[in-house]
Amino acid sequence: MNSAYAIDVQGVTKKFGPRTVVNAIAMQVKYGEIYGFLGPNGSGKTTFLRMLCGLLTPDGGSGQCLGLDFRRDSALIKERVGYMTQKFSFYEDLTIEENLDFIARLYGMPQRKTAVEKSLARLGMIERRRQLAGTLSGGWKQRLALAACLIHEPKLLLLDEPTAGVDPKARRDFWEEIHRLAAEGLTFLITTHYMDEASRCHRLGYIAYGNLLAHGTVDDVVKAGGLTTWEVTGTNLSALADKLRGLPGVEQVVVFGLALHVSGRDAEKLHASTAPFMTAPWHWIRIDSGLEDVFISLMETSKDNFA
Amino acid sequence: MSRRAFSFSRFLAITLKEFIQMRRDRVTFGMMVGIPMIQLILFGYAINTNPKHLPTAVYAADNSTFSRTIVWGLRNSGYFDVSREAHSAAEIQNWLAEGKVQFAITVPVDFSRKLLRGEKPDLLLEADATDPSAVGFAVGAVNQLVNTVINRDLKGPIAKLQSTTPPFDLVIHQQYNPENISQYNIVPGLTGVMLTMTMIIITGLAITRERERGTMENLLSTPVHPAEVIIGKIVPYIMVGYVQVTLVLLAAKFLFDVPMLGSVPLLVVLTFLFIVANLAVGITFSTIAKNQLQAVQMAFFFFLPSLLLSGYMFPFRGMPGWAQDIGECLPLTHFLRIVRGILLKGNGLAETAPDLWPIALFVLVMLTIGIKRYRQTLD
Repeated sequence: MNSAYAIDVQGVTKKFGPRTVVNAIAMQVKYGEIYGFLGPNGSGKTTFLRMLCGLLTPDGGSGQCLGLDFRRDSALIKERVGYMTQKFSFYEDLTIEENLDFIARLYGMPQRKTAVEKSLARLGMIERRRQLAGTLSGGWKQRLALAACLIHEPKLLLLDEPTAGVDPKARRDFWEEIHRLAAEGLTFLITTHYMDEASRCHRLGYIAYGNLLAHGTVDDVVKAGGLTTWEVTGTNLSALADKLRGLPGVEQVVVFGLALHVSGRDAEKLHASTAPFMTAPWHWIRIDSGLEDVFISLMETSKDNFA
Repeated sequence: MSRRAFSFSRFLAITLKEFIQMRRDRVTFGMMVGIPMIQLILFGYAINTNPKHLPTAVYAADNSTFSRTIVWGLRNSGYFDVSREAHSAAEIQNWLAEGKVQFAITVPVDFSRKLLRGEKPDLLLEADATDPSAVGFAVGAVNQLVNTVINRDLKGPIAKLQSTTPPFDLVIHQQYNPENISQYNIVPGLTGVMLTMTMIIITGLAITRERERGTMENLLSTPVHPAEVIIGKIVPYIMVGYVQVTLVLLAAKFLFDVPMLGSVPLLVVLTFLFIVANLAVGITFSTIAKNQLQAVQMAFFFFLPSLLLSGYMFPFRGMPGWAQDIGECLPLTHFLRIVRGILLKGNGLAETAPDLWPIALFVLVMLTIGIKRYRQTLD
């Protein structure tokens, strides 16, 4: 099974009792691609990642992951995939070096010592090697987790909210590292809640209530959202916002600092409802909808459809 | 598929990790060595199932040679400390009720008169039997004693009153521990009790801890095999178990002078099976328990019947049949027979065999459950 895709799955389904957590999701991720996986909390992102790396048994679906049958060969996939959990899941009572060495042994690395050294060096942890993992700050823990996921030289990395609780500088460094690794040919599937991170991904998928609602590049997703957005500036914006909310066609009214974003999927209706307010002291301009506007719109509508 | 076969390297990874964690967890490590020492000293020196020097009151309503002889004889037996002399029967009752004395002996008013007349007078021994084991041996001693003591005073013209000897002599020969020294029973048994307690609790925590700290998710995402995790986690604690056994055996020899008639190396080898049995229980519990607290609770759930029904605390043969049946299922029961057999009776492999296979069967069942229960996924 040779293909251009590191992940190529269809109909992936997982049920917890009567609840369908992941509903017939199809996903294709090319080698060397950074695929951002977004969606509200509890939408099934983590469950999907866990199914891909064999931590959960899917209830349905087929396809391949790194050229291996993702349902049958989960043992082989485990050896080729790096999975970074949402919560720090290395041993806090082991040092950085001991943690890396432990993981290297589990994967049966032939050149274990060199692999550990390399990994320490690349993450700039040579001097901190004897520090207990439990005493590291959030940013360093995240770097250690990434280093540990990379030690067995996986082809595919599944990162579950890797930057939650990490400061902006560390987040930027982290994303630079991700892009560098992707350039070397590694494939990434990353879940995140941050819009700036989403826009740094090559392609995106948006999942809500177990359903993949939109996917493609940032532009594709924005286009698929079909949202019309107006930006309003002027005085007394919060009073205006109150008046606009609930009008037919007005789906979102969000304050962005000194401006108000008013959006809806039905441009006609939206215009009809907002026209009476397009007077002084307010200044209205049509703008491109942002990713966030689209995601919130998707989330709201999906609630009606699936909840 | 060869990839799924047991990998020594992965097993080693788990074992080394457990050793490092054990070394860093000072409190637990201290407990593993501390618990056996505390138990040894407490139980070894404190528990006595053949108590002596029990406080005794005497009410000699008949102040005669005979009553004085009886008191003297009781004292000499070592079981009784005649600490109080009562002046009324009521006083005796009070002392017994208040727990001031364990025994009270009443020599009735006309004791010597009746005795001399050959009327077989009563001698009243009252015992506080709230704790039956405290009085058992002592009461046994009284019967024998009063006879011999009194016979000594029945001489000259009254010699004919000496109780006639029974037509046969019952010879009682207490084997293996003739002096009934409790330590000989308790200290070797402690090896088993201590191993049961620490091994089950510590390994019970081993897997639940991984789950509670979230490291299980990580472990499961690697190619590690359940058998590698379980055996890798067991091995370090086998060594801890041996440290404990060594401590107890050294104390048995040098502190308590417990006889070691059989082969100590044989005991050490057979202990292996027992350690594995307990570790298997702990691991199995930890695959069932949702968190560390539950694991500890389960360990106690197993530990109490082991302590009470194995024959460590109470005589095994004194229990009703169903309780003995439960006892037979517990590895501690069999291990106690092995360790007492080897040390006190000088048993060899042949004599211990009947107690070996039940432990082996137990290990097999427990490990199978443990490995089956160990989930390779988070489902």
